[in-house]
Amino acid sequence: MQLFGIRLPAMSSLIIWGIVWEIFGRLEISFFVPPLSAVFSTLFEVIGSAAFQKALYETAYAFFSGVFFAVVIGIPTGILMGKNRLIDELLLPWVNIFLSAPLTALVPVLMVLFGFGMKSIIITTTLFAIWIIILNARAGVMQINRSLLEMAHSFGAGPWAAFSKVYFWAALPEILGGVRIGVIRAVKGVIIGQLLISIVGFGALFELYANNFLMEHFWAVLVVLFAMAFTISELLGYMERRVSYYAAKR
Amino acid sequence: MAMPQTETQRTVDATAAQDIAVSARNVSKNYGPVEALKDLTLEFPRGQLTSLLGPSGCGKTTLLKIIAGLLEPTDGVIEVDGKTVTGPGPDRAFVFQDFALLPWASVLRNVAFGLELRGVNKSEREDIASKYINDVGLTGFEHSFPHELSGGMRQRVGLARALSVDADVLLMDEPFSAVDEQTRRKFQEDLLALVANENKTFIFVTHSIEEAVYVSDQIAILLPRPSRVSDIIRPSGLREKDSNSIRRDPEYLDIVDEIWASLRSYVE
Repeated sequence: MQLFGIRLPAMSSLIIWGIVWEIFGRLEISFFVPPLSAVFSTLFEVIGSAAFQKALYETAYAFFSGVFFAVVIGIPTGILMGKNRLIDELLLPWVNIFLSAPLTALVPVLMVLFGFGMKSIIITTTLFAIWIIILNARAGVMQINRSLLEMAHSFGAGPWAAFSKVYFWAALPEILGGVRIGVIRAVKGVIIGQLLISIVGFGALFELYANNFLMEHFWAVLVVLFAMAFTISELLGYMERRVSYYAAKR
Repeated sequence: MAMPQTETQRTVDATAAQDIAVSARNVSKNYGPVEALKDLTLEFPRGQLTSLLGPSGCGKTTLLKIIAGLLEPTDGVIEVDGKTVTGPGPDRAFVFQDFALLPWASVLRNVAFGLELRGVNKSEREDIASKYINDVGLTGFEHSFPHELSGGMRQRVGLARALSVDADVLLMDEPFSAVDEQTRRKFQEDLLALVANENKTFIFVTHSIEEAVYVSDQIAILLPRPSRVSDIIRPSGLREKDSNSIRRDPEYLDIVDEIWASLRSYVE
């Protein structure tokens, strides 16, 4: 972006909001908003602590497991729905219901079914991420140029070759877009799971700090969480841009 | 509509002793209640180029896709070298109107894609593909991607892909309709050379009368609703002519006029 002819570095807006936060915090308007500088100095203190590292491990484990299942189940399901009318008719209503359903309300049901442990947290994470991944993979397959499929067929492609050499690649830009949004939703899923199912991981830290009014600590963990989600999302965004050169030309 | 008598006689003479590569016998195709093709019979002589020409909606692309094995006829059979077609096969290769290139693959991989699907190993198929990339004049673009090429160059990739699988029959679905006029003329000249040099049978769908007369050994005129072959025209003296003088030849001009006269009433 350009302002008064000067090129602004990327993420300039974050710096401005950081300054606003700092001023707001120094004015001591609310105990809820400590100065940003205090949050950051607490952050380094917190990161070194054993409690934080344990929380980080528990959260990362649940998060990556949840995302893994969402991707491994979601992408093939979406592709099948895009290819097969019957499967699509059967599954689409459920996908749409769960996409907009308040999944938080389902968490107690999951606890009854799968217990109070890591398993329920992982399932919660998967449920937050999977629906948008399915819908995007489905949309990606449905927009494939018909003549590409006829081409593959006319040159003798069997079902597996058509899937692995044409369908998957043709739908890849949409699939990656779906995974990127799914991952962001999975961050929400894992924290909600940790808060509601068993108080572990970052969820436990949030609970602990909020109940004891340790606002610097609370914000520090939130900043770490945001940074991690942002990094993963940017990484997927980068992969998405690498295939976007053909997204408009299929 | 009655066609001029002279044309019909020319047809009878020429097909007398032909080696037939592809034949369509009593082919019908219905889409629900709509009859796209009705009891269509047509023969395609080996080593020659046959055009399917007609107004839009006359089923010429449908016929081509049935020959390719991409569509199943409701009734009737297609035979290639005496064998009944049941699906796509290595004896036929298709050139698509919209090129149908893999946008994520280089020119080299696109040209070799037909061979890749047939399980030819990488170095062998890339050798073959390089040869045909050279033949269609795209040397130096092996590692370019389709979106970096012009429409004409993309169709050369599509043509090289169809040639590299070395099928006996080349099926071309309005291959030049999506390229600009100058490129199209160059393509038409190149196509004449290709028909002369490669011993392949070409089946060529077009809606351009001039293009059909320029490139064809045999022109099948299809009329719509339901589609049937209304006439077969075989230009007799054009193939020996230099490609530059065909468009000035009286026979060329007469045939173009005749075809237009027979088709004009079908154009809204």
